[in-house]
Amino acid sequence: MGNATRELDVSEIAKAVRHMCISANCNVPAGSIAALERALETEESSVGKEVLARILENHRIAREECLAACQDTGVALVFVELGQDVKLVGGELYDAINSGVREGYADGYLRKSVVTDPVFERVNTGDNTPAFIYVDIVPGRDVKITVAAKGGGAENMSGLRMLTPAAGVEGVKQFVIEQVAKAGPNPCPPIVVGVGIGGTFDRVALLAKKALLRPVGSHNSHPMYAKLEAELLEEINKLGIGPQGFGGRTTALGVNIEFAPCHIASLPVAVNLNCHVGPHESVIL
Amino acid sequence: MDKVLETPLTADDINGLKIGDVVYLKGIIYTSRDMAHLTIKDKLEKSQALPVDFHGAAVFHAGPVVTKNDAGWELRVIGPTSSIRMEPYAEMVGKLGVKAIIGKGGMRESSLRAFQKYGQVYLQAAPGCAALLADGIEAIQEVHWFDLGMPEALWVLKAKKFGPLVVAMDSRGNSMYEDIRTKAVKMIDTLYRSA
Repeated sequence: MGNATRELDVSEIAKAVRHMCISANCNVPAGSIAALERALETEESSVGKEVLARILENHRIAREECLAACQDTGVALVFVELGQDVKLVGGELYDAINSGVREGYADGYLRKSVVTDPVFERVNTGDNTPAFIYVDIVPGRDVKITVAAKGGGAENMSGLRMLTPAAGVEGVKQFVIEQVAKAGPNPCPPIVVGVGIGGTFDRVALLAKKALLRPVGSHNSHPMYAKLEAELLEEINKLGIGPQGFGGRTTALGVNIEFAPCHIASLPVAVNLNCHVGPHESVIL
Repeated sequence: MDKVLETPLTADDINGLKIGDVVYLKGIIYTSRDMAHLTIKDKLEKSQALPVDFHGAAVFHAGPVVTKNDAGWELRVIGPTSSIRMEPYAEMVGKLGVKAIIGKGGMRESSLRAFQKYGQVYLQAAPGCAALLADGIEAIQEVHWFDLGMPEALWVLKAKKFGPLVVAMDSRGNSMYEDIRTKAVKMIDTLYRSA
């Protein structure tokens, strides 16, 4: 029955992770660049326009000289979609991913921003490991790997609320808008807003994070959620926070929503923010 | 013409600044973020000496990326971190004699009070523009508390023309962030509460 197993050496995964750690931090995603260029056209605030031009110049220099676009090259999140017909050989998957992160952050001169213990011993691990790894088993013979470097400034401005069904779509919208307003200038606007809706307490946060992996300018395939993305983007850009938080219409470049089924009593909503750099990259092995 | 201020900064330098002004800094700039502030606090409590003189200083909330070669330390990229995390140290930093704080996202009420009391300003450096900002720093003079980790150490930077920096909070109690926050809250009211 089915396909014969395909063997994949985990050293290939390590190599890909190393490469993407460096590449993602130096190359701001094309969708974000396009959105920044559009914003430069439409921004009405003169300070905002200046800031956007400066951001685009920074991202160009980073790309051309392979420098990190932001000094905060984040914690490394690694998402693996592992085809169930793949047999991994040559070592342990998690070790391979961590060695890829270790080498990428060393060789790319990327900042090491992980501490061992959140409360009692905040000692830098020195190599940006451990990576935060999520593995999904999927059909097929491919392995898709995504590396996202998540900076602390935007991450700290995230929020989660367990709404109840009566809140409805208006409640969801209001929570998202309030979260973005509360974040204000801290997540380095213009931002990308990742929204998770549904699932459970833990799942909704992951949905919000995964929403940020979708390109800026893409839309949810469900028309109602695509419409909600557009409405939220319009309302967020009425808040007047603007580029760098100095005022203007470009507070967000995009709103990406992911949703999941949930309990009859629940309506969880999570908001996870990316700055205008938002490094992430994928490869299929 | 660009306005360039040289460190150590004087009371006159600070009094001449209001929110919205754009300035550049020349001279020594110290980096300090979460752990360096905590270390300063510990040392002060134990009456131990600090490694640098903060009178007239510019303190940059930043965790740079630095490499070491035969010639010494070399700065690769640098940019501001969220200043709000250093809000609990507002009074301590003012008392130390720091005149300018560089960061992003601004600070809140305790800082505004300290800024008025001690004559300080808050300067925002462009967030997420680390490649561009590094151009304004000509050298790294030295480093203290390197054991805190590269981002958390206290780096002594020598700036030729660091900026542009926007005066986002001044010494008279004004904050660009407060003005924008107030407007955003009003907009939410318009969008949701009156519906």
